Amino acid sequence: MRKVLLGALGLLGFLVGWQLIPTLGLVDPQYLPYVTDVLGWLFHELRDLAFWRRLSYTMTAWATGLAMATFAAVVLGAGIGLVPFLRRATHTMVEFLRPVPSVALIPLAVLMFGLHLRAALVIIVYAAFWQVFVQVIYGVADVDTVARDTARSFRLTRRERLRYLVLPTALPYLLTGLRLAAAVALILAVTAEMVIGNPGLGRMIELSRSAGDAVGLYGLVAVTGLLGLLVNVVFRFVERRSLAWHQSVLAEGAAR
Amino acid sequence: MTALGAKKARLPGPVLRAVENVLFALGLPVLTVLLWGIWSAGSTNRFFVGPLTILDAFRRTWIGPAFVDDVLPSLYRLALGLVASILLGVAAGVVIGRLRLLRELLEPLLEFFRALPPPVLIPVMMLLLGITDTMRVVVIVSGAVWPILLNTIDGVRATDSVMRETADSFRITRWERLWLLVLPAASPRIMTGVRQALSVALILMVISEMFASSAGLGYRIAYFQRNYLVAEMWSGILLLGLIGVLLAVAFGLVERRVLRWYHGMKEITRA
Amino acid sequence: MPDGSPLLRVEHLRKVYASAQGEVEAIGDLSFTMAPGELMCVVGPSGCGKTTLLKCLAGLLRPTSGLVEMEGSPVTGPSPAMAVVFQEYGRSLYPWLTVQGNVELPLRHKKLSRAERRRMVADAIEAVGLAGSADSHPWQLSGGMQQRVAIARAIAYQPEVLIMDEPFAAVDAQTRADLEDLVRELHLTRGISTIFVTHDIDESVYLGQRVLVLSNSPTRVQEDLVIDLPAERDQLTTRALPRFTELRTHVYAQIQRAKRGPVTAPPVAR
Repeated sequence: MRKVLLGALGLLGFLVGWQLIPTLGLVDPQYLPYVTDVLGWLFHELRDLAFWRRLSYTMTAWATGLAMATFAAVVLGAGIGLVPFLRRATHTMVEFLRPVPSVALIPLAVLMFGLHLRAALVIIVYAAFWQVFVQVIYGVADVDTVARDTARSFRLTRRERLRYLVLPTALPYLLTGLRLAAAVALILAVTAEMVIGNPGLGRMIELSRSAGDAVGLYGLVAVTGLLGLLVNVVFRFVERRSLAWHQSVLAEGAAR
Repeated sequence: MTALGAKKARLPGPVLRAVENVLFALGLPVLTVLLWGIWSAGSTNRFFVGPLTILDAFRRTWIGPAFVDDVLPSLYRLALGLVASILLGVAAGVVIGRLRLLRELLEPLLEFFRALPPPVLIPVMMLLLGITDTMRVVVIVSGAVWPILLNTIDGVRATDSVMRETADSFRITRWERLWLLVLPAASPRIMTGVRQALSVALILMVISEMFASSAGLGYRIAYFQRNYLVAEMWSGILLLGLIGVLLAVAFGLVERRVLRWYHGMKEITRA
Repeated sequence: MPDGSPLLRVEHLRKVYASAQGEVEAIGDLSFTMAPGELMCVVGPSGCGKTTLLKCLAGLLRPTSGLVEMEGSPVTGPSPAMAVVFQEYGRSLYPWLTVQGNVELPLRHKKLSRAERRRMVADAIEAVGLAGSADSHPWQLSGGMQQRVAIARAIAYQPEVLIMDEPFAAVDAQTRADLEDLVRELHLTRGISTIFVTHDIDESVYLGQRVLVLSNSPTRVQEDLVIDLPAERDQLTTRALPRFTELRTHVYAQIQRAKRGPVTAPPVAR
């Protein structure tokens, strides 16, 4: 209760402070609009179908990219992670490709696919892929040695071992990777729209800026922040929920 | 795998193991480049040029004045932004982590700013600060500071209660407490935050230059693309990749040094 | 002690915690005194507030009411006259510092010359038998050795009173015996007054010149027992003395009584 109240108070303080800056003339409202105007803009937009359409473009790109990246990362990650030879052979390649900033690929994606969703998907998938891939590789390699020996001594089949040993071990890693990937995919979905110009919230941000519409710009930025918050909350919730039995989560819960 | 193991056992030890390690490390990358070279030689796809063409473009484009005019300023802003983010994030994180009231006041706001996709701050900063180098550094800080800040807060909060009582009972001074307890105890989390901040900062460096610049790495690469200078564009991607890899390697070295106690301790508890 | 005045005086100490289920009385009403140079063990049934008492003595917790007095002046916060050895050595030593750094930690703000500080640190490390491990990190050492580091840190601080909170509860039996002898030896050679909290009856009788038996909550002093065993003690011979058995049986009976009301005769071993 105290936490909620204080949090609300902090938020209120932030909004009041924001309102005061243009009111006191510290910054021209042309560059930092009144918070009341931005809130008014938000309420107006929420009733506008065009706004929701743009939002759905962004979220479609996000969801598609995330799904493609996750699928590829799980298949490749499990395949490579379970075979020590492949794990060793791909190590350098992974360590070299992973730190490459995905935005470096924007020009290439644009050349290949033009100013379209597909170009945006290239960079979303590239960025989100590594988050999941790395976690899956760790996850399938992390099977407890005692548990593995137990499985072997009971002569579980390969299929049973995958089902009862590898999958439960790797699942927490996968979900962590998924949460990280979801956040990264959103960042790149919006970024791609800003730079490439495929329709969505990101493009609206760029259009508002070039049109000098500060109110719309700040409003849209707030919307992307709220989207990010929503994505974080949902994926964290899923992670907690499905891992209630898992030790790392239990320990974390107890420590709090 | 067993056949391979049997063969290995017959050959003499350390030299061969070294050769094997090198083969494993370089085999796939070399193979990939070779295949790429062969494929691109016979291909008519003009967006995929061969590795030799890219290397040649790399030499022509980046080794020379462009390095001083475009690459160094970008790297300088990146470094400046990162250093500022680390100082700001750690300092604010220590304060917020230790003051419960402040933490509870700020929590929803911090969650929001953490979740905000950092590149959307570029247009905002352009509006507030104009298209300047200051803007580009501020953009990097405004995106990279959050992971460091939030991880520092968590790290400071999670400082072990017995360690704190130890400091209390021996009447450690505030200053000693900061340097000998709070910061080292939070350092694993701080380093996690810095690692995340590195990739955010690199992204923001590139985008802010693609957007609003007439110089810099990001600008160059976008320029090559717009003018269909495909080999040059690839060389730019290669350069960005190299910077990303070098940053990751440098960070890894620093991290191993700073957190030597942490890794050593983890290794022992795992064994 | 020339004038007979106590080093430490505890009077009507009471500590109540506020919790979600209402108030929890950790310590009811405790009074005792301790003379300089004494080695006093505190035993009691688990959950009787031993750790709370210790934290009040060390100035880490404020008593709800009552008085803790050190050399005539009340203890209101952590005092330079006391050093604590915690049970959780793994969490009380700082893993980022070496053994040397950990021992040096409380001396940093004392106004000492560098050479003198070095000498005190080396002396303390030597005294606990870790001379060869000064540059190791605590986590490279065994549990018993880590607790030795914590003891070295406490004696380097040169307190009037050394307070030990179940320090050997987490180490194996052999190591424990060695550590007990180390505490005896340090007490004999250095004459540091020591309060040793434990739940192990044998340990309390073997170590102490005096054993304070606490009752179950509301905690008070159940008995204040003088251990009249010879000062020269040995794990084998002392523990085999009939007097040792008598004393431990007595303390055992006291604790049983403390736990569930009066027991007329000590329990018979089967």
